[in-house]
Amino acid sequence: MPARALTIALAGNPNAGKTSLFNALTGLRQKVANYPGVTIESKIGWWSLSEEIPPARLIDLPGLYSLDATSLDEQIACDALLGRTEAIPSPDVIIVVVDSTNLIRNFYFLTQLLETGQPVVVALTMFDLAEKSKLRIDIDRLSRVLGVRVVPVVAKRRQGIAALAEAVVQVAGKSRMPVRTCRLSPEAETEVSLLSAGHPKDRFRALTELYDEKLPEEPGRREAVKQARERLARVSQRWQQEPLIARYDWIERVVAGAVQREHNGQRNVTDRIDAVITHKILGPVILLLVMLVVFQTIFLWADLPMALIDHGFTALAEAVRDYLPAGVFTDLLTDGIIAGVGGVLAFLPQILLLFLFISILEDSGYMARAAFLMDRLMRAVGLHGKAFVPLLSSFACAVPGIMSTRTIESPKDRVATIMIAPFMSCSARLPVYTLMIAAVFSGRTVLGVVSLGALIILGMYLLGITVAIIIAWILKHTILNAPPPPFVMELPPYRLPDFGNVAHALLTRTTVFLKRAGTVILAISILLWALVAFPRANATGNADDRVIVSDQAANGSDASSRQLQNSFAGRAGRLMEPVIAPLGFDWKIGIGLISSFAARETIISTLSIVYNVGERSDKKSSSLVDAMRSAKRADGSPVWTPLVALSLMIFFLLACQCMSTVAIVRRETNSWRWPLFMVGYMLVLAYVASLLTFQGGRLLGFS
Amino acid sequence: MRKNEQKSKRVDGEPGSLDTLPSGVAARVVNVQGSCAIARRLMEMGIVPGAHIRVVRTAPLGDPIQVCLRNYHLALRRAEARAITVLVGI
Repeated sequence: MPARALTIALAGNPNAGKTSLFNALTGLRQKVANYPGVTIESKIGWWSLSEEIPPARLIDLPGLYSLDATSLDEQIACDALLGRTEAIPSPDVIIVVVDSTNLIRNFYFLTQLLETGQPVVVALTMFDLAEKSKLRIDIDRLSRVLGVRVVPVVAKRRQGIAALAEAVVQVAGKSRMPVRTCRLSPEAETEVSLLSAGHPKDRFRALTELYDEKLPEEPGRREAVKQARERLARVSQRWQQEPLIARYDWIERVVAGAVQREHNGQRNVTDRIDAVITHKILGPVILLLVMLVVFQTIFLWADLPMALIDHGFTALAEAVRDYLPAGVFTDLLTDGIIAGVGGVLAFLPQILLLFLFISILEDSGYMARAAFLMDRLMRAVGLHGKAFVPLLSSFACAVPGIMSTRTIESPKDRVATIMIAPFMSCSARLPVYTLMIAAVFSGRTVLGVVSLGALIILGMYLLGITVAIIIAWILKHTILNAPPPPFVMELPPYRLPDFGNVAHALLTRTTVFLKRAGTVILAISILLWALVAFPRANATGNADDRVIVSDQAANGSDASSRQLQNSFAGRAGRLMEPVIAPLGFDWKIGIGLISSFAARETIISTLSIVYNVGERSDKKSSSLVDAMRSAKRADGSPVWTPLVALSLMIFFLLACQCMSTVAIVRRETNSWRWPLFMVGYMLVLAYVASLLTFQGGRLLGFS
Repeated sequence: MRKNEQKSKRVDGEPGSLDTLPSGVAARVVNVQGSCAIARRLMEMGIVPGAHIRVVRTAPLGDPIQVCLRNYHLALRRAEARAITVLVGI
C-alpha cells in the first residue's frame, strides 16, 4: 500500500463521459490549473481512494482518439500520459474512460495504451445506457482478454466508484506486461523486433517510431527507422496503415467475444432529432433561433444582477468614504480599487449566462451540429467548422473564446481564429453602445415600431462579423496561408445535459474570471486611478487650466473634474486631441479612450468623472446621459451628435481595447508577436473606419 | 439532379468513393487513400477496410457529409470522403 499521494490521469475519447466521472470522483475538490511550462489548461482534483492513503491527485486530460496527436491539446495530453515530458511526472495509474455504448471506436485509444505497458484501469461509463439498450457486456471476459481491470460505472448515480477506487489502488505503480494487440505481417514484425531489439517493453516505442510521420531525433535511430521504412514500402504501398487495421481487427474480435448484440438504442432518438436539427432548411433556421434566444436571454437576465452588483459596489465605496478620513488612500480604495473591480465584476452575470448556455449546448451535443452546419460557410473564408464555437463564445467575451480555439488542429487556422475573435461584439461593448444610444438616439424609431437603438446595436454585431470575415480571408490568403485541415468530427448522441456538470463548469469559470479580476484588473484599476489622480491639482492653475475651468463652468465646476483635467490622463487627452479630432472626438473623449484601452467599459466611469457626475446623484447613468446631452464644444455646438456617437461605437467595435484579451493571446500563441500585431492592426482599422464614418457622414450632410 | 442520376447508376459490386455514395445505402470500406495524416485520422476513427459505412445526410450547403459507422456518427468533408473507397452491399 503506497503511503504517498498517487497521481492518476483520466483519459479517453471526447464525449466518453470523462468530465462526469471526474466530477463524481472529486466533487468540489477541483481546480483549473496550468501544466508547468506549457499553456494547456487542465483540471486537477483530489480523490479519496481509501482511508489508508492520502487523497490522490486526479488529472483530467483533454479528449483523445489516439496516441498519435494532431493538435496542440492532444500533443500535450499524450506527453503527459506517457511521461514523455520532464515537467509532468508519469501518472501512477491511467483510468481509461470508455463509453459502453460505443465500445469499438473507444477501444482504439485503449489498445494503444495497453501496448505501452502503462498501468491502466478501464472505466466503462454510461453502463446504464448500455443495459437499457440490451447490450450485454461480459465484464470478466473483457477484463481477461484486455489483461487489465474493467469497472462498469454510472457517474451520475455514483455507481461503481468504490470498485474503481479499489482497482486503482491495486494496480498503482505496478508495471504491467504490454499487450500485443496488433499482429502485423511477417515483414513488419521483423522490422519492429529489430527496432525494439526483441524486448516486449520497447515494442510500443518501436511501433511509434516506425509508423510516425516524423523520424526520430536521435541520429542512429533515425537511420535505422528510415531504412526499415524503405524496406516496408517496397513490400506494400499502404504499409503505414497496417497497425491501424491490425488494431481494429483485434478490437472486433475482443468485442465480438465479450459483447452480445452491439446495438445502440440511443441512436434512434438521436437520428430523429438529427433529422430536424441538421435538416437542409430547418437546421439553419433552428441555429439562428438558438443564437437569438441565447443572446436575448443573456441581455434580459443579466440586467438585474448587473444593476445589483453595480449598486452594491457604489454603496460599498460610499460606506468606505464615510468611514475613512478623506485622502489619497481613501481615493485609491474607493475610486481605484472598489470602482475598478466593481465595474468589471458587473459583467460576471453576462459571462456566466453565456457559459451556462455554451455548456448546455456542448453537453447536449448541439455544438457539434452547429459546426457541421457552419463548416461550409467557415471554409469559404478559409476557416474550420470548429472555429464557429470559439467565435460564437467571443460574443460574450473574447477571452474564453480564444481559449477554446485549442480544439482547432491546424496552428495557422487557430491563429487566424484568434486574430478575428475580438471582432465579435463582446458584452463589454454593450454598455458603451447602450450609453451612446441613450445619449443621442433614445426614443427614435424606424417605421414607427422598431427602435433605432436596437437596429444600431444589431448593425454593430453585423459589422463586426463582416470585418472578421474579410480579415480572416485576407489572413488566410497571406501570412497564414495553409492547405485546409481535415474536417473529421464526431457527432455524439444527444444527451440531456447533466445539471451537476453544468454547475461545475460554471463554478470553474467563475473562479477563473474572479482570479483575473482580482489580479490583472485590480492592477490596471490602480494604474488608471493613478493616471487620473496624479499629479494632484492645486488651487492656482496655469493658463491651460483656466481655459478648462471656464469651459467647465457651464456644468458646474468641481474639484474632482478639475483634478482629472490636470492629471496625466487629462494632459494626454489634450495632447492627442489633434489626432482624434478628425474622428469627431474632443479631448474629454480622448481621456475615455485612454482609460478604455485596459477594458472598454471603463470609458463610462471615466466619462462620469470627466463630466463630474455620480457623486451627487443617485441615478448615475441617467445623470451621465444628461451631462453628455448638455456638453458643448468651444463653438457652442453639442459634443455628442449622432455622428460622433456612431463614430465612437465603431471605434469601440474594431479596436482591441482589452488587456485581458492581449494577455490571453500572448499566453495562447506563446509570443508577443501576435498580440502586438493584433492590437496594431485593429487600432489602424478602428481609426480608419471611425474617420470614414465621421468625415463621410459629414460630407453626406449628417451631424 | 444529374448528379443523382449518376449516383443511381451505381452498380452493386463496383467500388466507388464514399462521396458519391447515395444517402442511406449500406456499404463497406475497401481502402483509404489520401495523405498519410488524413488517412490515419480517418482510420483512427474506425474507417478501416471492411468497416460498414452509410451516408446519413449532407449538410445544408452540400458539404460536409454525415456518415454512420460502428454505431456512431461522424461528419467529414467531401474532400476527405473522396479518399475513402467503398463497395455497396454488406
